[in-house]
Amino acid sequence: MLGFLARRVVLGLVSIVGASVVIFIVSRLSGDPIVLLLPIEAPPALIAATRQAMGLDEPLWMQYLIFAGKALTGDFGNSYRWQMPALRLVLERLPATVLLALAALSFSILLAVPLGVLSAVRRGTWVDSLGKGFAMLGQAMPNFWVGLLLILVLAIQFNLLPAYGYGTAAHLVMPAIALGWYPVAAQTRVVRSAMLDVLDSDYIRTGRAVGAPEWVLIWKYAFRNAAIPLVTMLGVYFAAMLSGAFVVEVIFAWPGVGRTVVEAVFSRDFPVVQAGVFFTSILFVLSNLLVDLSYSLIDPRIRNE
Amino acid sequence: MNNAAPALPPRGFILRTLRAGRARGFPWVPALLLALVVLAALGGGAVTPHDPNGLNLGVAFRPPFWQAKGSWVYPLGTDNLGRDILSRIIAGARISLIVAFYAIVFSGGVGALIGMIAGYFGRAVDAFIMRVVDIQMSIPALALALVFAAVLPPGLGTVIVVIVVTYWTWYARIIRSEILSLKERDYVALAKVAGCGTATIFLRHLLPNILNTLLVLASLQVGQVIIFEASLSFLGLGIQTPDVSWGLMLADARAYITNAWWAITMPGFAIMLTCLSSNLVGDWLRDTLDPRRRQL
Amino acid sequence: MNPAAQSPGKARPVLRVENLRTHLFLNRGVVRAVDGVSLEVAESEILGLVGESGCGKTMTCLSILRLLPRPGGRIVAGRIELDGTDLVPLSDREMARDWRGRRVSMVSQDPLTSLNPVFTVGDQVGAPFRYHGLARGRAAIRAAATAALRRVRIPSPEQRLNQFPHHFSGGMRQRVVSAMAIACVPRLLVADEPTSNLDVTIQVQMMELYRDIQRETGLGIILITHDLGVAAGLCHRVAVMYAGRIVESGPVHTIYKAPLHPYTQALLNSIPKLGQKRGRLHSIPGQPPSLIDPPPGCRFAPRCPQRMERCDLSYPPEFERAPGHRVACWLAEGGP
Repeated sequence: MLGFLARRVVLGLVSIVGASVVIFIVSRLSGDPIVLLLPIEAPPALIAATRQAMGLDEPLWMQYLIFAGKALTGDFGNSYRWQMPALRLVLERLPATVLLALAALSFSILLAVPLGVLSAVRRGTWVDSLGKGFAMLGQAMPNFWVGLLLILVLAIQFNLLPAYGYGTAAHLVMPAIALGWYPVAAQTRVVRSAMLDVLDSDYIRTGRAVGAPEWVLIWKYAFRNAAIPLVTMLGVYFAAMLSGAFVVEVIFAWPGVGRTVVEAVFSRDFPVVQAGVFFTSILFVLSNLLVDLSYSLIDPRIRNE
Repeated sequence: MNNAAPALPPRGFILRTLRAGRARGFPWVPALLLALVVLAALGGGAVTPHDPNGLNLGVAFRPPFWQAKGSWVYPLGTDNLGRDILSRIIAGARISLIVAFYAIVFSGGVGALIGMIAGYFGRAVDAFIMRVVDIQMSIPALALALVFAAVLPPGLGTVIVVIVVTYWTWYARIIRSEILSLKERDYVALAKVAGCGTATIFLRHLLPNILNTLLVLASLQVGQVIIFEASLSFLGLGIQTPDVSWGLMLADARAYITNAWWAITMPGFAIMLTCLSSNLVGDWLRDTLDPRRRQL
Repeated sequence: MNPAAQSPGKARPVLRVENLRTHLFLNRGVVRAVDGVSLEVAESEILGLVGESGCGKTMTCLSILRLLPRPGGRIVAGRIELDGTDLVPLSDREMARDWRGRRVSMVSQDPLTSLNPVFTVGDQVGAPFRYHGLARGRAAIRAAATAALRRVRIPSPEQRLNQFPHHFSGGMRQRVVSAMAIACVPRLLVADEPTSNLDVTIQVQMMELYRDIQRETGLGIILITHDLGVAAGLCHRVAVMYAGRIVESGPVHTIYKAPLHPYTQALLNSIPKLGQKRGRLHSIPGQPPSLIDPPPGCRFAPRCPQRMERCDLSYPPEFERAPGHRVACWLAEGGP
């Protein structure tokens, strides 16, 4: 199993390096960053000097190596807009995004698991149809629209929760729901189909034959098996949360990496865009690695390989 | 002995399976809705009751027809600039469908081609391509889109390019595994022995057999692509005025959310209904074209 | 020869099934899987239930345990009396709480899939003790599970408790399932082809194990098998099933030495004998009838070499040709 993990770590590193290359190349596509730094009337001598100082006169691959080298030491350059290290800007805001993503993921799982299990156990009844319908609906609603609706109803109409900001648990509720809404559909389907498979299995029949009560059969013996496919997909769902966070943070003025990157995109603040997207990728790769690690905890059959 | 399925002309095959699957609960209402959306898109300016961009501050903030100050002239109400929301929704349908169409055709085409190359040639080519796919998939979709949007000028073309760049990986992965199993079939070996060039094998033997999968994938992507475009436009990085996009409408309406709840709700409903319909039709397509995967 | 073939003394039957009918409600129609089955099992007796695939033997046993497939399977008529109590009207909760695993239990065919892969063997073997209240507290349950494993002759049971099913071979897993089945000392054990997926040598061991346990506890066993050799070596009595009904039943010697029903005769003939001159293997031509719409007469008639006109018209009742030996065949009419 150590070999399996080692391989995953290496693959993860390759992915991160690759991501950095992609991010670097794309951001250089826009042409000359000099244009953004210096006023238009700047004398050519100043332009040339700045270009040389920033290493922008080197060939592209050389620029990447400089970039990578600096990145390894934590130097992503300074934000064009805020005159502070881009890295610090991003790292300060990363925890808020992680908090939001985790809250959203928890919300979606808390909704999907009972829906999926109930749908499977009561297959074919109205409960099943309700669950499936609810899931279908969720998959058709964009997360930012859900957020706006939540604000409209809960904040403006009924004044129950704050529409913007950060700080208390109340601030977290609506963004988490808005962000976590979309994957409920997919997760419910996974849980439902896994439960259906498991409930048909021989070992559940053995459990019945031994006289275990129904709720033990469903929630202990069946669900433990059915949870495996869900857990293996957790990494993917977390990535979806990270991706969706970009928009949800904007709506709720949530002080996370997402909102920062979006603003940086508008102001063409490349160091921040690079650092922000890069760290989001690292988060993603890390979460996948963690999920891989958890495979062995969840499924004892893998532990010995 | 592998099943030697000869390459069939795509049209007949699809028609036959569609006819066979007709009995299996075709989703009429969603399909009708989609047809409406397509008609709206094709009709363009001719179908809208008002000019989608026609400013008329005198009728700003009119509520939908069922409310007190509403009227049938502006059935779904007007926005802050007096523009008819229904007309804008119809105009937005056009953009959404154009984006969805081109984005899916290109991402599907590019993705499928790359997937076929990876699956067919195998080994080094395959490993390289799969690494690229892995790397790209380790960057969350919207994040990657943002990086692109930062460098390309905003607009319809950019949105399509961004979606293609983001979504090709899904097609590539799935088509690749299909090809991996298909290339072992006898008829491929026979074609090679007969001296067929690679392009011929791709076009005449492999392509018709992955068409099913492609179709299913594409139909399931429609909803996602529409939402993706709406998200980009909402952030201001996608469609720009004077073009109309549902996402853009939502972004505009956000500013005066307390004054006009319908401006926030209606475009969102349009998105939701279109996605729901295409998802339902896509599910039906998947069940029809691959009965093995039918979910009970 | 089978040393246990002497029928034990006439004790009260542990199990009495009267006219059981179980139907499967499927999309394509209603399958009358068990169509009027009556049988009895006495204490310390092994009843063999023999027949080809699809004849209803598994459905009979699932009916006894009320483990019919859901949705779709249902007992529509009949009585199933275990120690005098009719199980048919009981609710599923009552069945689980008082009967399944406690007074009647089951071992099924495929040991490789019968155990839950993500729980330890200790947790699973401890389950019957836990859910029937025969041991309380972790230590007591562990002790009980260890004892159960020891009874089925699994070496080093304490260590094995913490292992998972995939650490066990097929034969060992079948022992574990057997341990679960006999944990609460049931009155009846239903064994559905418990050895067909195992090596022949393991088969012998398993069957000796069951016989030993029977000697210790006096439980009754229904052994479902399609292997007549296994039935011959183990059972006291045999019931032959065909198309949802029992066509012949009686003491094992009598059935094998002097089978009365043409189907039983054909089954015994199809077993190749050692030393026999090589010729074509006998098989029974034709197919069993559909159970959705069975014919009115004898169901074996279309394939029967001794078919009479009467056979197609009405189903023969059971005739008792010798004490304990019953046949449902028109040929047997006319007394011993």
